[in-house]
Amino acid sequence: MTPITSPSASPGLLAKSSFQRFIDALMAGGYRVMGQRLCDGAVKWDDVRLVSDLPIGWRDAQEPGRYRLEPTDSGRFFEVVNGPESVKRFAFAPREPLLVIERSSKSFQATPTLPKGEKTALLGVRACDLAGLAVQDRVFLRDAYPDPYYRTRRADLFLVAVNCARALPTCFCASLNTGPKAQAGFDLALTELDDAFLIEAGSQAGRELMPRLPLAPAPEQFLAEAEAQAEACANSQTRRVETAQLPQALYDAHEHPRWDQVAARCLACGNCTMVCPTCFCHAVEDVPDLNGQRAEQARVWDSCFTQEHGYIHGKNIRPAVKDRYRMWLTHKLASWIDQFGTSGCVGCGRCITWCPVGIDLTEELPALLKKA
Amino acid sequence: MKPEPVLPSPNPYGLHAATIVEKVRESDDIDTLRLQLVDPAVRKSFRFQAGQFNMLYAFGVGEVAISIVSDPDEPQKLDHTIRAVGRVTKAIQRLGVGDRLGVRGPFGRGWPLEEARGQDVVLVTGGLGCAPVVGAIEYIFRRRQSYGAVKILHGVKSPQDLLFRERFEAWRRHPDTEVLLTSDRPDKAWHDHVGVVTELFEQVAIDPARTVALMCGPEIMMRIGAAVLVQRGLPATALHVSIERHMECGIGLCGHCQMGPYFLCKDGPVMRYDRVAALLGRAGV
Repeated sequence: MTPITSPSASPGLLAKSSFQRFIDALMAGGYRVMGQRLCDGAVKWDDVRLVSDLPIGWRDAQEPGRYRLEPTDSGRFFEVVNGPESVKRFAFAPREPLLVIERSSKSFQATPTLPKGEKTALLGVRACDLAGLAVQDRVFLRDAYPDPYYRTRRADLFLVAVNCARALPTCFCASLNTGPKAQAGFDLALTELDDAFLIEAGSQAGRELMPRLPLAPAPEQFLAEAEAQAEACANSQTRRVETAQLPQALYDAHEHPRWDQVAARCLACGNCTMVCPTCFCHAVEDVPDLNGQRAEQARVWDSCFTQEHGYIHGKNIRPAVKDRYRMWLTHKLASWIDQFGTSGCVGCGRCITWCPVGIDLTEELPALLKKA
Repeated sequence: MKPEPVLPSPNPYGLHAATIVEKVRESDDIDTLRLQLVDPAVRKSFRFQAGQFNMLYAFGVGEVAISIVSDPDEPQKLDHTIRAVGRVTKAIQRLGVGDRLGVRGPFGRGWPLEEARGQDVVLVTGGLGCAPVVGAIEYIFRRRQSYGAVKILHGVKSPQDLLFRERFEAWRRHPDTEVLLTSDRPDKAWHDHVGVVTELFEQVAIDPARTVALMCGPEIMMRIGAAVLVQRGLPATALHVSIERHMECGIGLCGHCQMGPYFLCKDGPVMRYDRVAALLGRAGV
């Protein structure tokens, strides 16, 4: 293939053997490049400088309550679909210092501690996580008080999507129209074929990078192959979430006996909320230094499964595990729609995989919507 | 890909220092603090509506949401009635005149006192949660001519829970004003009604066509009280309830103050009853 500069608007073809040049072009653009890398038997977002940093030769096997990496000889670069981390932490940090408050005699001075910008390219973002980021944008940026901390981190992200070629048993993005093909919200989107990548731009920043890549024009047959791959991936999904009756049907199910059954299994560990790409609850903590002259105020991820979440003086609004699971599921699939005009679920399936007891919302929802 | 640009706005977490200029002891664990913002420019531009709240910050301890009970037409004075029950409120209680607090606000939706002009107002409160309503009552009496009949129904468990006793007595002396008090567990000196606050409804005439009702207190009291008022013909849209939930951010982001689809820190704490009628009394909401 002769590397030529393709017109930036139409998809280009990048030979797999040239993928290092793609990573190099991102780094040359001033980005810290991060991708999903092998870590502790799963993948986690970390620095990627070389093609060999990618988890090539491995694939993830996921089912309710189970995650394993298995060797594969497919030779594909993005065969591992996802791990416990979505891309949420890159904009909504797990711990974000908000203010430093310094005492001087009897008064004090509060100074906001906005994060220092670091241009970051995320390589291999799945369509569900892009959808999750769009949901978080709605939460943090589109209300009366746009969040400056989130906005600062978010503005530094360059998102390289990878269209999914294989679905996990826990995936259900197709039923929510959030995947498996990235539709919006990316700078560049890759489709991995056997010997090459199709690359398309989704933003001005993406279009500007295209000419710096050794791209060939994409022949029709590759475009058709990419479409077929996405369609096969969508069709292979076995789980689904039916949203037609939401939000009302879930509000109406408030007294359903199924809540007791799921609560009997739920450990209230909060894993589902920690791996969820859209959960945004956080607590604000104040940390004074030892001599009492300086305090840092920070927000940290919180979970509606903790005892403190529903606390008010003299009572707990959600004392039972049943109350908390019902709060989480009803918020995610129903009240989220009233609050933000979008579902809080993007179909990534992480809450199913990372639940220690394998509670599966795609199973709970239809059971709750069925008359008891 | 970058989200669409949003207009730059002040950091909603920014704190302003404020001095405690007055401290009035209301009971063993309740004080009213009058705060004055230190920065003259901030003080000058600070505006609030009756029933809104501020996040008050005690250095090195944290923040707590406390409603502003003073008059919105004098926004340079910020009165907060605070019961010392938690970590932050106990730290605030230890502060005295001249000490400083952090202030962030104002936040939330307050009482619809402007819409209520020209109408009769029924104010129903229970227990110690009456501080936000006290602010509303004072607001009305400072503009007495603008409102019709005022009926204040207040219930306490025992007589020693009756705060602001002098104020209730003073309100009683206003024209076209009824103040009805009740206690569940009266002592020998109690001369008012005995029972729960909802029983007081039987003692007042209410013209459903020209009445706005404001309620603040335990959820069970508001739920039963609202049902009684609706039964007496008051439209659910003329009834407003102040609901308590844990608030950590004040700006609808931290998630703790949710009640069904609402974030009470920004959609409330005062909610029109028809919006929450189905949620009040629902377990775990």
